[in-house]
Amino acid sequence: MLGEEALPPYQRPPLSKAFLQGDLVEDRLYLKPPAFYEKGAIDLRTGVSVVAIDRAAREVALSSGESLAYDKLLLATGAPPRRLSCPGTELSGVHYLRTAADSKALRPVLAAGRRLVVVGAGYIGLEVAAVARKAGLEVTVIEAMDRVLKRVACPPVSQFYEALHRSRGVDLRLDARLAGFEGVDKVEAARLEGGETISCDTALVGVGAAPATSLAEAAGLRVDNGVWVDESARTDDPAIWAAGDCTNFPSPLYGRRMRLESVPNAIDQAKTAAAGMAGKRAVYDTVPWFWSDQYEVKLQTAGLGEGADTVVMRGEPGALKLSVWHLKGGRLLAVDAINDIPAFAVGKRLIAAKAAPDPKTLADPASDLKSLLA
Amino acid sequence: MPKITYIEQNGTEHVVEADIGLSVMEAAIRNMVPGIDADCGGACACATCHVYVDEAWREKTGKPQAMEESMLDFAYEPKENSRLSCQITVTADLDGLVVRLPEFQG
Repeated sequence: MLGEEALPPYQRPPLSKAFLQGDLVEDRLYLKPPAFYEKGAIDLRTGVSVVAIDRAAREVALSSGESLAYDKLLLATGAPPRRLSCPGTELSGVHYLRTAADSKALRPVLAAGRRLVVVGAGYIGLEVAAVARKAGLEVTVIEAMDRVLKRVACPPVSQFYEALHRSRGVDLRLDARLAGFEGVDKVEAARLEGGETISCDTALVGVGAAPATSLAEAAGLRVDNGVWVDESARTDDPAIWAAGDCTNFPSPLYGRRMRLESVPNAIDQAKTAAAGMAGKRAVYDTVPWFWSDQYEVKLQTAGLGEGADTVVMRGEPGALKLSVWHLKGGRLLAVDAINDIPAFAVGKRLIAAKAAPDPKTLADPASDLKSLLA
Repeated sequence: MPKITYIEQNGTEHVVEADIGLSVMEAAIRNMVPGIDADCGGACACATCHVYVDEAWREKTGKPQAMEESMLDFAYEPKENSRLSCQITVTADLDGLVVRLPEFQG
């Protein structure tokens, strides 16, 4: 097992939440204890990257100059953050957040009274904004789109989070495009298109992620918005599998290809790949799900709402508990649940069953959601 | 260090020494106790670290919070003594704690 980071495999979700606010020591991030690798005879090598795959010789070349032979190979390269190309991104004080090292670098600057500019109102940007407000910083969030979480959530959920962050004192700028960062050695301001400047001590850029496919591409594997794999997580080379954020895979449930950035996807697709590599055929067919913690509010999404023809709200606008149900031709495609675990849990099962729940029952907050599972 | 016993469905017992301050889920993961998946890593967002707390320990481990209770409602075969092990913090008081694992997680 080869990894370019210094740490053994670890959880990333806390990096923008509990770990960032200092509630977790580093070894609590580890997915497995050291004994796991010893007991499993897994040669874990950290701090080393793979520079090339030689498919004909079935060898990988390492940054150390060494080569390793393989019979079967798994690519789990993930999706690192997209980088901005505007002026000033090289200034110190401009941060990205993907690794534990990134989170540790950001932590000491999250001190009361300082000013943070967040570029991008996606999950990462908003989670960091929430941690920073709790720590007493002045926070401005700049989003190029007309609403927050536009890529991953529906308008009612976006509106909920816009109101939440504004009520906690975040200066949220929608339809605002960053022109660049200004400063001598260190970032001192963010400049918007149109000329306005926003003073800051620190900037955090969270403008999405792109799959790490360069190794696969250079090796001649099929790549198209991710490493191309089949329903068994196998690439177009029968000796190579891929799993997680870096893959483009077919979803039997939704009848189309997709690429997901989520922990459950990484875990479940890896199980499918592992089974295949061990000679057992498995098919990856699960309901995608996601969660985000901001302030004391929990968002859980099951399924993908793209293509829905009917959207049903459950809960009053302005309430702290809300769910939004997305249906197509009667069939439930997705549910976004804010502080509403039953909506998430019931929705996830209904989606897996390709069920067509009655929209009137969904819309009535007094109805028993569990009755829909009968 | 407090000792915690995890008992699998087939009766296999795993006795581990748990660091104070960790969760009962983390103590299981660190000691490679099978049957606790903890997919969300302790965020109370899934229900894959479900355990049944031994009757003698229910008072000391306390009751689940509202969010955990809702999550448990949708776990595999929830019972009166169900808890998510990521939401129980190991304390000196829990030395000797016994929990049983469900047949499945999730």
